Amino acid sequence: MDTSTAQALIRFGMGRRKGEALPGDPVAWLRQQLLQPDPALAEPGPTTAQALRAIQRDQQAMQTMGGATTSQAEALFTPGIERLALTPVITAAPFRERLVWFWINHFTVSLRGVGDRRSLLIAYVREAIRPHVTGRFEDMLTAVMHHPVMLLYLDNISSVGPASPFGLKTGRGLNENLARESLELHTLTQASGYTQQDVTEYAKILTGWTFNLDLPDQGTHFALSTHEPGPKTVLGETVPHGAAGLARALTFLAHHPATHRNLALKLCRHFIADNPPTGAVERIADVLRRSGGDLGAASMALIDLPEAWVPQTKLRGSADFAWAVLRGLGFDTLPPDFLGFHLFALDQPLLNPDFPAGFPDTAADWGNGALLLRRAEWLVALINFHQDHDPVALAHDLLGAHLSETTLATVRGAASRRDALVLLFASPEFQRR
Amino acid sequence: MIAPTRRRMLLVLPGLATMGRVSLAVAAAGTENRLVVVMLRGGLDGLGTVVPIGDPDLRGLRPGLVPPSPGEPGGLLPLNDFFALHPALAGLHRLYRAGEVLPIHAVAPPHRNRSHFDAQDYMEIGASHRLSSGWLNRAAALIPASPAVPAALALGTHTPILLRGPAKVGNWAPPAWQPLSADLSSRLMRLHARDAVTGPALAEALHERGFTDAVLQGHAPPPPNNPFTVLAERAGLLLAAAEGPRLAALDILGWDTHTSQLARLGWELSRLDEGLMALRAGLGAAWTRTVVLAISEFGRTARENGTGGTDHGTAGVAFLLGGAVAGGRVLADWPGLTPNALFENRDLRPTLDLNRVIRAVLAAHLGLSDVALADVLPESTGAQPMAGLLRG
Repeated sequence: MDTSTAQALIRFGMGRRKGEALPGDPVAWLRQQLLQPDPALAEPGPTTAQALRAIQRDQQAMQTMGGATTSQAEALFTPGIERLALTPVITAAPFRERLVWFWINHFTVSLRGVGDRRSLLIAYVREAIRPHVTGRFEDMLTAVMHHPVMLLYLDNISSVGPASPFGLKTGRGLNENLARESLELHTLTQASGYTQQDVTEYAKILTGWTFNLDLPDQGTHFALSTHEPGPKTVLGETVPHGAAGLARALTFLAHHPATHRNLALKLCRHFIADNPPTGAVERIADVLRRSGGDLGAASMALIDLPEAWVPQTKLRGSADFAWAVLRGLGFDTLPPDFLGFHLFALDQPLLNPDFPAGFPDTAADWGNGALLLRRAEWLVALINFHQDHDPVALAHDLLGAHLSETTLATVRGAASRRDALVLLFASPEFQRR
Repeated sequence: MIAPTRRRMLLVLPGLATMGRVSLAVAAAGTENRLVVVMLRGGLDGLGTVVPIGDPDLRGLRPGLVPPSPGEPGGLLPLNDFFALHPALAGLHRLYRAGEVLPIHAVAPPHRNRSHFDAQDYMEIGASHRLSSGWLNRAAALIPASPAVPAALALGTHTPILLRGPAKVGNWAPPAWQPLSADLSSRLMRLHARDAVTGPALAEALHERGFTDAVLQGHAPPPPNNPFTVLAERAGLLLAAAEGPRLAALDILGWDTHTSQLARLGWELSRLDEGLMALRAGLGAAWTRTVVLAISEFGRTARENGTGGTDHGTAGVAFLLGGAVAGGRVLADWPGLTPNALFENRDLRPTLDLNRVIRAVLAAHLGLSDVALADVLPESTGAQPMAGLLRG
């Protein structure tokens, strides 16, 4: 496997699967993944309406039977998250899948923040993230900001316009959590210079957007009774009263130059280096500006950046590392306890980061010695049961031109087949992408 | 980048990730005094924690957020005529009466920001722009360390910004899987020896395991139902060791009480209280030489919000506790809670710069000179250290 093929599979993809055929033209292979629809969308998955109905039925069962029933919502969630965690291991479109997880992390909804509504998170990935990964950023932002699970996670469902009919009657008021994180993390960032006043105005625009479990088929809806009356102004952009206000605000935010800079920097940090070259960031921001926020065009442009073809500049995060190991070993199911224990202990519980900022993306965060030791300990535990591989051949197959003499000699000289495989996957080259 | 005369160690208190939203980092130094910084991430509601029951405007601003009065069932714990402690902080209240707790009110870090992430980052960096290290790391780098003493440990896989920087810090976590055999460890270390990132990190992690294993041997951990308690107790034991670290940073999350604050804050404060008592127990006799500084990135809005909670605010409360603290009183230049007194008609107004407290602790407890303090908190050279915070 030559350098550019290894780079396509490892830098842009999820690592080579054992026995996977190599693409003849690595660049064409990457582009093709962006041109074809997400294969995961061809599979059935819970819709938001199904998840809402299941949650509603669970609540009705709790009231009538005291909860001694199996949860319909959990019956959607459990296979859903297992499928989500397995897809990176088996996908034939790993570059697209990397982008999916990049955008899931950009628009973080954490399991810790949504409680027994977590089946909605599975539908969120399917409906708000996947369809827009090569589409327009404005469409993804709009889908995310209207999805029940985001409205729940960042508290918008409990935000009330103080001067709305409901606010005047109850004295309830704004919760500005979603407005703040949307500006800071999802769109402009603080570098744009927005003020507390902008956050408050945006929070007023967002009032009324909610969902109602009594009407689960309705999904998200706009409740005029809690909407703060009157026009609002965010960063000088005035939007009208009512449901149209949010659409106008999202269009403005999605196409703001500060948003393009934020997205370009994060994409380049993910696919090039922890501190990506300014020129590369500017090129991606420029593509976003010229294309009206076309994420497919921005992803294509990443492939064209020479800086993205400099190998081994990024340390893999723990989920990417574990997925690459499972691909390398040829897994087609998840090992037991992978979601419930392994990823927790490797410091990246899936879909469950501490903060709305999501999981970190630099070597400063993933390069601590104790975590590297723990990765090696996990490998021992895993490979104890999966030793049926030729370590030297696998080293060549998985790392190709990236394989160093030191790692090859270490694998060759290991005390056992198991240790040889552990050292291969724990090597500096395999920890990187 | 790393001072060659100083050997540093990183520990991660194992199982941290599985244990939830806490983490701990520890740094060693050539002093017998111990300093623990507890970061209450998420924005602690100071008005709900050290409650100004003597302020006539309090209950009007937050009718649903004030626990019952002192003396009533589940009532507030009186500190003086004006302030009372949240009822969940019974352990702290006992220590307060023993003169070992000093609540500091209407305090805020100098670099204010209502974003959690920026506010925490700047509080930990100790500056208004992004330096590449945290202030506790810079303090650790200035304290003479014996080469035999591990200078830095982190309990939790994640070293906080507060302890990041040239004085290296590491991690410890309860083992999730069997430790590597000695043979595999040494092969792994050699395999990474020439890697500038993973090489030094692995070497330190392996070396430091020897130290923590020796200190913690024979000490059964507390039940893991409160992960903060487990980490705090382990931190206490490691800090108490004669050759152990002297500086530590502990995280406890859960303070972002936008909704249902009355119930949530009580629950989180009882976790904090239990953990701080476990820290004290772990420290044993070393408690007399310990200062614990508990801080949060901002306080919360004075008014109750529309959802039985509070939103991101400005000034809040900090705590100093430990045998070295001159406590048993509340330190506050109380700004009042009238609409004009509130900051932006919304938040408790800051009347004290947190860096005056930090500078006082670093000077009096760790013996840092004015020149050293200017390295640690470069933008706060005008912040006069508060006098009289510590004993002796």
